[in-house]
Amino acid sequence: MSRFTARFHSRTLRTALHALRRNIMRSALTTLGIIIGVSAVIAMMEIGNGSARAIERTIANMGADNIVVRPGAAASGGVTFGGGSANTLTPEDAEAIVRECPAVRIAAPVVRARAQIVYGNRNWVPLYIYGIAPAYLDAQNWQPLAEGEPFTEQDVRNASKVCLLGQTLVRELFDGISPIGQEVRVRNVSFKVVGVLRGKGANMMGLDQDDIFLAPWTSVQRRISGTSLTDTNQSARSNQSSQTNTPDSVYPGQVNFYPIPSPTQLANNPTLVRFVSVHQITVAAQSPQQVPRAMEQITLLLRERHRIRPGELDDFNLRDMTEMTRTMASTSNMMTRLLLFVAMISLVVGGVGIMNIMLVSVTERTREIGLRMAVGARGRDILRQFLVESIVLCMLGGALGIAIGRSSSLLLRSLLDWPTELSIGAIVAAVGVSVSVGVVFGYYPAWKASRLDPIEALRYE
Amino acid sequence: MMIRLENITKTYRLGEVDLAVLKGITLSVKQGELVALMGTSGSGKTTLMNILGCLDRPTDGRYWLDGQEISRLSADERALLRNRKIGFVFQNFNLLPRTSALDNVLMPLLYDPVGVSNHEGRERAAALLELVGLAERMDHEPAQLSGGQQQRVAIARSLINRPLILFADEPTGNLDSRTSEEILGMFQRLNQQEGITIILVTHDAAVAEHAQRAIHIRDGLIADGTFTARGDEPAAGSPATAVSGREGSS
Repeated sequence: MSRFTARFHSRTLRTALHALRRNIMRSALTTLGIIIGVSAVIAMMEIGNGSARAIERTIANMGADNIVVRPGAAASGGVTFGGGSANTLTPEDAEAIVRECPAVRIAAPVVRARAQIVYGNRNWVPLYIYGIAPAYLDAQNWQPLAEGEPFTEQDVRNASKVCLLGQTLVRELFDGISPIGQEVRVRNVSFKVVGVLRGKGANMMGLDQDDIFLAPWTSVQRRISGTSLTDTNQSARSNQSSQTNTPDSVYPGQVNFYPIPSPTQLANNPTLVRFVSVHQITVAAQSPQQVPRAMEQITLLLRERHRIRPGELDDFNLRDMTEMTRTMASTSNMMTRLLLFVAMISLVVGGVGIMNIMLVSVTERTREIGLRMAVGARGRDILRQFLVESIVLCMLGGALGIAIGRSSSLLLRSLLDWPTELSIGAIVAAVGVSVSVGVVFGYYPAWKASRLDPIEALRYE
Repeated sequence: MMIRLENITKTYRLGEVDLAVLKGITLSVKQGELVALMGTSGSGKTTLMNILGCLDRPTDGRYWLDGQEISRLSADERALLRNRKIGFVFQNFNLLPRTSALDNVLMPLLYDPVGVSNHEGRERAAALLELVGLAERMDHEPAQLSGGQQQRVAIARSLINRPLILFADEPTGNLDSRTSEEILGMFQRLNQQEGITIILVTHDAAVAEHAQRAIHIRDGLIADGTFTARGDEPAAGSPATAVSGREGSS
């Protein structure tokens, strides 16, 4: 029986194609609406996708995929010292995050300091003195540099006295001469400038991002901040008198990450030994969309690493760039939706055109319908035939529309340099929509045809 | 007996008024007969033909076609019956425009996929076009054919499913007299050589003369069913005496 149905369907299709060919000009004009609609959908989707991707890239450049991990608040006798005052984050946390959280691309420890930078007879106190790992440059999109090369992991391990300078700092300290290879002094420690950062301008809060001094975090911690352990809590330190640099901190022989505990300490508190702590860990997720997943993974991991029992509060805080990501998502989504909506309207208009012509065609072919019924066509055969006709019309229109849409978006890309992106989804949707348009708008005329009375239809003039 | 009608009535409802078009038709047609169905316009002969051709259902009465009682069949069942057993030839040919003669002849096969394969169908259609003398014009479209040729294509189309019975509704109404003769001659040949039962619906006595007998309809009733002498040829192998003068004697 299946052989017969196949034969039947092939004959139905042939009949439909033949009927459409019989009036080729009209068929072409009828399907023009669908062609325009589908090509508009495809072109709009590709342009929309391309722009969305471009916007995404731009915003990602601003660090939309970043998450900042900061320690929780330290408290002493009911007085809290604010977020970030506890010493709970370690560089090992950063390594563990990047190793064990699949949604994370980069995790870099950051140590902050505030100090005067001196070059020759000029000096400046930059907004940011960050001790970082090289990965931080990628997370914050500082790569590539304007000049020079970034320092390496090797420099971090050795606590090398090298640094990168932001544009503002360069402007303030170096009057037109290239800073590469020069030495600047920070708290009497000389740092060799190995690179200059690109200009970024102000961030979203209006702070100058170029007023920055970057050095290996080990160097900042050991050589600028002075010690490795206690100085992180600024409030706790505030009553101390101004610090002095001991020769040991200026010229340390060996960087010692681990404070050597006394045997008593080891015996009493083996787990409370704090390694070197950092002020924050800057994390970059695999993509801005992955940020929420990355945050979950980091929370789980850090709770485990910091041995926090269920029910206890986290001893760290996570911040993402919610504002940025939300802006990004709403911008691109709204644009794509708007374009799609406009394109859909043209598809519906095309569908109405199809219905219109099919109605005319049914009226015009009343006698043919009567004849077909006389030779044995049932109502549903007629219905199917007209439905197949309009679906074929729409599908041909859809195929042509896809071709035209694709080529016009490619043309826009090559001529106007608009960012466009192939959208398989749009193509699938366009095919689906054009078939549905064929069914929906072809159904009424086909139904009307199938309801004709063969006697009346045969006599129709 | 190919056709047997028993007290067929057809009443149309026009608003509040019932309009009786057929008021009790009883008749029978034997296999292999060539019968003319005659009547003036408004006599009900078209309505009768529609019922005979299974296009319409009688309001009351019984109708046997090829031994099958069909007066109560549904529209779909009648469609199948029309496809398998009945051929139609119309006054205005009703060919599909911009479609080759061959495709026109093949058209009814679409609605009977179980019947013949594509290849067999084409061969059969070609043979039929040859039979009606259009072997050289299979690829011509209706617009390229004369009226007589178009009617011959229509006849070939009506025969594609090897029907038992052929209904011709004023088949020569749009043709000149010489072509009419050709077409009617073709009906006679089909009747005699292929043994197809043919019913010619006409108001023209000259056309009716080609039939073996004529059934006259007047005001929804049968006036009489007389023999008509065959005009040109003797009725070879189909004895006119086989049919009784009055109907319903089967």
